Amino acid sequence: MSKPVIATASLAGCFGCHMSLLDIDDRILKLIELVEFHKSPIDDIKTFTKPCDIGLIEGGCCNHENVEVLRSFRKHCKTLVAVGECAVMGGLPALRNGIPIKDCLEEAYLRTPTTEGNTVIPNDEELPVILDKVYPCHEIVKVDAFLPGCPPSADLIWEALTALLEGRPLKLTYDLIKYD
Amino acid sequence: MAEIKLTIDGKPCTARPGQTILEAAKASGIYIPALCHYEGLKPSGSCRICTVKVNGRPAAACTQPVAEGLVVETATPELEDMRRALVEMLFVEGNHFCPSCEKSGNCELQALAYRFGMLVPRFPYQWSVREIESVSPRLLMEHNRCIQCRRCVEAIRTPDGRRVFAAQERSGRLRIGVDPELAAGLDEDTARKAMAICPVGAILYKEVGFAVPIGRRKYDRSPIGSDIETK
Repeated sequence: MSKPVIATASLAGCFGCHMSLLDIDDRILKLIELVEFHKSPIDDIKTFTKPCDIGLIEGGCCNHENVEVLRSFRKHCKTLVAVGECAVMGGLPALRNGIPIKDCLEEAYLRTPTTEGNTVIPNDEELPVILDKVYPCHEIVKVDAFLPGCPPSADLIWEALTALLEGRPLKLTYDLIKYD
Repeated sequence: MAEIKLTIDGKPCTARPGQTILEAAKASGIYIPALCHYEGLKPSGSCRICTVKVNGRPAAACTQPVAEGLVVETATPELEDMRRALVEMLFVEGNHFCPSCEKSGNCELQALAYRFGMLVPRFPYQWSVREIESVSPRLLMEHNRCIQCRRCVEAIRTPDGRRVFAAQERSGRLRIGVDPELAAGLDEDTARKAMAICPVGAILYKEVGFAVPIGRRKYDRSPIGSDIETK
């Protein structure tokens, strides 16, 4: 029987959740025995070529590309997991949600202390269009499981992965649920 | 004085006349989750987290006095789901960014969510637009995190008894306002008390920040209420 397939992505995140996944120490050896990694920054596979069992999403959606990637994960993954505060609730990028997008862009590109001369707000068809707000993943697609934390601890990620692989419910002890 | 007998989740308990259900439960080693309530302050019964069923009818345990023969239910699936829903509503109603909050680990709203095992709120985020206000040389008011429990309104007074914090406006526009002159005159102890009494990170003592490391904060290891249950 072939191994279960895992895909991962970082949307509007900082890769901290991926770091936390790598932080499972020597259990990572067990993990590569248990599963096969498909599309993921870890193995640099960029496109889906087959259906996956588990999709791990880090980060929320701040632009159109994030939405596209998230939708394609939903399409290709049986179980989609929101990993970390940004995927679960928007996280720190969502601090901009109360500020109009125009003000954000002007502040970032025209009014910073280091901008000099003729400055513009980048606008090219190559660039993904920024969204009005940063959205949690479950407000864009259906998400099957949530792992909060900034980042979620390696133990929580391990518990979730093994629970999903064994098809059992998550054992969430008190020390595993943290939002920071 | 005569003892009052009541049952809480089927457990026979005794209470003194004048006690609330919350106090009687605590004395019997039963934790009823509560948020706006603060020991020693007049209970306002505003958050409704402590809702229990008293003889089959919902009531706030922090305001409801005990009476002979009361049958109180608290740890039922229905009430526990309702409490969790209330906590989830508070999480989506304000802007609670736990990773960047000075009160994280010591926050009672977060601690309740931990205790209830909240992974994600069931309601859509509101992204309310609120401000951060420097209200005195010693205090910051982070309105994004305020849950309008009114503990500060009740507890923080000037030496001559005047309130420093007050509820302004009503309903969805309600906010906790601060009298800038009175706030400027607060001594250090009262300003620190204001931060301590705030269940969330809405009132902050300036220039302190993240004083206690992760792992050693109040609710890092043991759930809120576990001190009552282990008594």
